[in-house]
Amino acid sequence: MDRIPILKMGDYLLVTVQVDMHDRLAMTLQEDLAERIVKARARAVLIDISALEVVDSFIGRMLGSIAAIARVLDAETVVVGMRPAVAITLVELGLALPGVRTALNVEKGMEILRRSLGHSEGNGNGAAAESVAPPSEADAER
Amino acid sequence: MLRDDTLSLRSSEDIVLIRQAVRSAAVDLRLSLVDQTKIVTAASELARNTLDYGGGGTVRIEALQDSGRRGLRLTFEDKGPGIPDLERALKDGYTTGNGLGLGLGGARRLSSEFAIESRPGEGTKVTIARWTT
Repeated sequence: MDRIPILKMGDYLLVTVQVDMHDRLAMTLQEDLAERIVKARARAVLIDISALEVVDSFIGRMLGSIAAIARVLDAETVVVGMRPAVAITLVELGLALPGVRTALNVEKGMEILRRSLGHSEGNGNGAAAESVAPPSEADAER
Repeated sequence: MLRDDTLSLRSSEDIVLIRQAVRSAAVDLRLSLVDQTKIVTAASELARNTLDYGGGGTVRIEALQDSGRRGLRLTFEDKGPGIPDLERALKDGYTTGNGLGLGLGGARRLSSEFAIESRPGEGTKVTIARWTT
């Protein structure tokens, strides 16, 4: 059966969507991620959609559900790499992805996650990363 | 020779095939990347409606040429139960299923032309077009 791979890296789960997903594949990803968050005790999920040429209301809704499910399971989600034409189309479609945090690329997405995990722990890597980031950049990404 | 294909729509895998066919037609017509993305997304919304509410059907993909303009017309047809209240169905957020209710209204916003005909008990036909600007 088709599945989108979920990679674990420390506290993070990484998903790169590289195929045009049919509806069932998207639903399977949602369920697999929920399972993996619990099993791996993950604190954060990063979803890279830079290969997706189309995000319709079904996929948009799935991204929103994943973010909501992860939140309930005490994990943060960031969606990264949306193409400009996809962003324009999504907004015109009427879907601005409320409740889904986004970042331009994987690096910026990881930075957001690291910072937000750092805040909730009050120390460790996240706090260190935050003190390194220049304040102007930190503001722009909030 | 202008493209004129009809594809059948029976499963959610067919929605992926339709997205790919519409993309390839839009690329052949040299629509801009944003216009390609809009019509492919509109096609995806309408294909899902045809499948979920019409019980499946067909999609006709036609390349158009009209006094120097190029365009793409898509016609989605099903023999499902039809839509009793079209005005309401076009409103954002209205759905009788479990989607977001953005399909018809969203597809209309993403298209240059939009037409819908529906007869209760006989089926629904939605036609959209996107022209080069």
